[in-house]
Amino acid sequence: MTTALQPGDVRHRLGRGVDGGIGTDASRPDGTLKATGQFGFSSDLWTEGMIWGATVRSPHPHAAVVSVDVSAALGMPGVHCVLTHDDVPGRKTYGLESPDQPVLAIDEVRYQGEPVAVVAADDPETARRGAALVRVEYRLLPLVVDPVAALAPGAPEVHPGGNLVRHVKIRRGDPSARAEVVVSGDYEVGMQDQAFLGTESGMAVPAEDGGVDLYIATQWLHVDRDQVAASLGLPPEKVRLTLAGVGGAFGAREDVSLQIHLCLLALRTGRPVKMVYSRQESFFGHVHRHPARLHYTHGADREGRLVFVHADMVFDGGAYLSSSTAVVGNAATLGAGPYDVPNVSIDVRGAYTNNPPCGAMRGFGAVQACFAYESQMDKLAAALGMHPVDLRTRNAMTEGSSLPTGQVVDSAAPVAELLNRVRVAPMPPVASAGDAAGPTGDAAGPTGDAAGPTGDAAGPTGARSGATGLLPGGVANTTHGEGVVRGVGFAVGFKNVGYSEGFDDYSTARVLLTGAGGRLMASVHSAACEVGQGLVTVEAQIVRSELGVDEVVVETADTQVGSAGSTSASRQTYVTGGAVRAACQAVREELLARAAAVLGLEPDDPDLAEAELVGGKLLCRSGGTVVVADLVEGSPVERTVQWRHRPTEALHPDTGQGRAHVQYSFAAHRAIVDVDVELGLVHVVQIATAQDVGRAMNPAAVVGQIHGGTTQGIGLALMEEIQMADGKVRNPSFTDYLIPTMPDVPPMHVEVLELADPHAPYGLRGVGEAPTLSSTPAVVAAVRAATGRALARVPVRPEHIVFGDLTPQ
Amino acid sequence: MEFLAPTSWDEALAVKAEHPEAEVIAGGTDVMVDLNFDRRRPAMLVDLTRIADLATWQIDGSVLTIGAGVTYARIIDELSTLAPGLAIASRTVGSPQIRNRGTIGGNLGSASPAGDAHPPLLATKATVEVASARGSRSVPVEKFFTGAKRHVLAPDELIAAVTVPVAAGPQQFAKVGTRNAMVIAVTSFALALDPHAHAVGTGIGSAAPTPIRAEEAERVLAGELAAADQWEHRRPLDDHLVDHFARLSAEAAAPIDDVRGTAAYRRHALAVLARRTLSWAWSEYQRN
Amino acid sequence: MQLQFTVNERPCHVDDVWEGESLLFVLRERVGLWGSKNACEQGECGSCTVLLDGAAVCSCLVAAGQVDGRHVVTVEGLGDRSDLHPVQQAFVDAGAVQCGFCTPGLVVATADLLRRNPSPSDAEIREALAGNLCRCTGYAQILDAVRLAAAVAR
Repeated sequence: MTTALQPGDVRHRLGRGVDGGIGTDASRPDGTLKATGQFGFSSDLWTEGMIWGATVRSPHPHAAVVSVDVSAALGMPGVHCVLTHDDVPGRKTYGLESPDQPVLAIDEVRYQGEPVAVVAADDPETARRGAALVRVEYRLLPLVVDPVAALAPGAPEVHPGGNLVRHVKIRRGDPSARAEVVVSGDYEVGMQDQAFLGTESGMAVPAEDGGVDLYIATQWLHVDRDQVAASLGLPPEKVRLTLAGVGGAFGAREDVSLQIHLCLLALRTGRPVKMVYSRQESFFGHVHRHPARLHYTHGADREGRLVFVHADMVFDGGAYLSSSTAVVGNAATLGAGPYDVPNVSIDVRGAYTNNPPCGAMRGFGAVQACFAYESQMDKLAAALGMHPVDLRTRNAMTEGSSLPTGQVVDSAAPVAELLNRVRVAPMPPVASAGDAAGPTGDAAGPTGDAAGPTGDAAGPTGARSGATGLLPGGVANTTHGEGVVRGVGFAVGFKNVGYSEGFDDYSTARVLLTGAGGRLMASVHSAACEVGQGLVTVEAQIVRSELGVDEVVVETADTQVGSAGSTSASRQTYVTGGAVRAACQAVREELLARAAAVLGLEPDDPDLAEAELVGGKLLCRSGGTVVVADLVEGSPVERTVQWRHRPTEALHPDTGQGRAHVQYSFAAHRAIVDVDVELGLVHVVQIATAQDVGRAMNPAAVVGQIHGGTTQGIGLALMEEIQMADGKVRNPSFTDYLIPTMPDVPPMHVEVLELADPHAPYGLRGVGEAPTLSSTPAVVAAVRAATGRALARVPVRPEHIVFGDLTPQ
Repeated sequence: MEFLAPTSWDEALAVKAEHPEAEVIAGGTDVMVDLNFDRRRPAMLVDLTRIADLATWQIDGSVLTIGAGVTYARIIDELSTLAPGLAIASRTVGSPQIRNRGTIGGNLGSASPAGDAHPPLLATKATVEVASARGSRSVPVEKFFTGAKRHVLAPDELIAAVTVPVAAGPQQFAKVGTRNAMVIAVTSFALALDPHAHAVGTGIGSAAPTPIRAEEAERVLAGELAAADQWEHRRPLDDHLVDHFARLSAEAAAPIDDVRGTAAYRRHALAVLARRTLSWAWSEYQRN
Repeated sequence: MQLQFTVNERPCHVDDVWEGESLLFVLRERVGLWGSKNACEQGECGSCTVLLDGAAVCSCLVAAGQVDGRHVVTVEGLGDRSDLHPVQQAFVDAGAVQCGFCTPGLVVATADLLRRNPSPSDAEIREALAGNLCRCTGYAQILDAVRLAAAVAR
């Protein structure tokens, strides 16, 4: 852990000596439950009388639904009901940004896997058999599966009104600026899947008041609730959601999947209904990362100062809107990268197609752009004969820089420092002497400078890398050193934290402080979804530090408290953390008022305002001490606070100017890879990464996020893609959608900077997404360095390394 | 669905004679996936894991007989000297959990073109011992596969064992996949050198509708080794010979484009694997 | 069909088992042991790892009838909240748990690894746990946990 500046924005001194307070590696409250298998995930729900649901899905990516015959399914013993769109009592569509997606197909299906009917039956096998008996007659309709073609005149319309989802334009400076050195390139990012391990699952229980209780793994309880209530035709208060254990999310649970279906089935049958998607169904049951095509032109002067960046990107949004408008907005506003660029012209368009709907995934629009602009920076460095890090640091954004949107970066932006840190990070051990020295000899030198100015390959490594004991191909015995060349690559990226473009982004927290027999206890309640990232740990840490209480219970998240917003956009520690802190401060105010009475002080006595809450005591500067448990014994203090970050504003529709973002999170990566250049196989040998987190609320958890995010970026670089053909998914299984295994992930050198953001609670920055951005281009840069290939598309396939770039499809 | 678990081989054969449509299950690593994914609903499952004899191996002279129920884990632990190519291939199968369960008989029964055991069995000219209540027969492994996921077994037949010659020389196996563990072969190649018989054996996986041999490559290499008296002299192999062998190996394949790789890549990779496995095997032969 | 087997050293009898069910389904839906997780149902993820007669297997790939008369140990059998197995303790202490869905399978696989090899190298750990996918952690803290558990055992 590296702390370069003291954290700011701590209005009073936090409880020193509180075990498990902020800044400590407090253990997860759910850790032992999870390690013993006793933690209840959404797929583990069970109740007496429970029945099971299954979904009938379209096998076609675009077809008219001519007829749906449920009679055979209904006649099957053990089947309780079969529902179609006719059975949706309220709004027949749903959607995060706009309700354009049918709960169950109405007269048309627009992507393969679109739900057409749902079945409830005694057990999962009967439900599956029942679903198989639903006869749907389809009439195939013309397909549009290429996002660029979808935007061309005359393309078949996925929705009436055309296929353009959103077009964001960013215009800054002189559009016709000329530069001495110009590079351009076309890049492509494939469709990545979040591939959480716990598939979609939940249980709906009909309630006596005509409403429904839904136990669900999700990222945003209230937005689910509102969509469920609308489709059920119920007031929101009759739809109560409780978070069930979440087996990972990464964006895939932001949209509704089975929530409405479960509630429809439960209300129709009067029975609790459970659904669990299989892995195969899960690939059809949630949105994916947008595939993107990106054309960039960068211009610089001879000294490597950027003169202009022009970009034109098309994002494939698939069949329904989901969060495409926000993804497109991020790609545009962050599309020039964390650099000072005087002249910028960026166009990003989202398109409807008959591919699977795409929406949120960790990095959310910034990932695609980062791969392209960082690839461009390497290309420009090569054209200039500069080291890729030198080119980047020369143009690095700093505090006070303004984005192409005109928004001034008003807190730390340590882009150059992050790059310099990964540049000099320790190099991986090399198995045997002389192995690393390639033709240039200095390739894997101690400074990480690779081979000379272009960040070149390090030459044949010859023997097993010391780090993981593996060569490319891993355990499959493809090389004993033949063809193996080492390469080094660098990249940096940045991501907005929180919801942008004028969204009213807030959270709500309730903190209750009770005392019984001298024992002080607190509970904290919010609707913020713990999806694995460790928010529950941080919520308790904040209460401990703010109120000086050891014993803190984090209540299960549900809709009995106000909205916390989404667990996405790296925002929960910031926004719900901010709400918990604000609720604690409200509790503190009440404690001070009560203490004033006990101590015989005026409520506004400065001695009180400076008081510390530590170890269950309220300590005044002057020596006055009150046992907090006594203050709240028989009269608990409870405060519920809604807290929002400072407002943002919409982008100007023609120029894209505007203060659209709240905060940025910066990270840089250096990747060292061994590539078997003859077989096109890659083994990542080491990752070095540095990230500014503002304040590490829980350093171990912060590092865990960085490891995990980096690994998903490695996956996108080298293996992860939902492969589509004519609108159909070719690889909906973990046999053919590959995610990194333990031998695929190298040791990581992680440096964490804490440069406080004075506008944020505790100075913290959202952590989760930034590591996913630059790991992908860093790995690809390293593979390029080892192979000399252009590699303009991710994931890089062995074919691309062996035969060179294939024409983007 | 019915579930039967015979405890003797004769009982298993009797069950299969009476219910030729029954699905046979051993390690379950293929059958259970089909059941879990709702791809198959056989009327009957016949479990072979309770037949103790099926999970044994023995040596008779120079012939190693491996019961169909022997797992990959045991092949790695117990047969790495007797059947080194098969053991290397077994080590590349899935995970420890899969290797603890999956069996050589099951691999043959599934007859996937990507089955990891198949190339080394082809390279060592293995024989599949097949039985039914009607009697038993021996099928050379290269005659065993009749198409993608199809084989010569009659509906009432079961795989009893595989026989391979005890390794007389170096054997190698290499498999290409797009991650560093847990992959189904994009393509794979096995090589067996038999200095006693002056024979060369090859096996190719995932590059044709069935696992195949590279017969011309075998013939050319064996011929050149004999002509130059190389089995005796163990001199370094001529680069042209190695390249020729690699090219012929790749030409033997009939790969397709699919979700795991392109035909062109498979053919290219096969040449690389053939060249490398030959150089490794020959180096080992030179050392010993 | 009916099944008799032992789970975590206790005899277990279940009725009305469908013959096509997996051991994983039996454990979760019929025995009420939810610790073994279902994430892929094809042996690719290891979340359902249990010990069957002492060998680590994916319980999703074992047919229900195949366990009749056999001995199964699940994550619940290794330890519970009041008496954590050293591997479970190490996973908690090393921060190896995030969403936790992979954790039970990894705990069982790690216990099996350390029983076979009390002092594994990093390379051996990576290879032995290659069949247990984790999507949250990037494996680094899992590797720490395995090293920690091995060190504690020594």
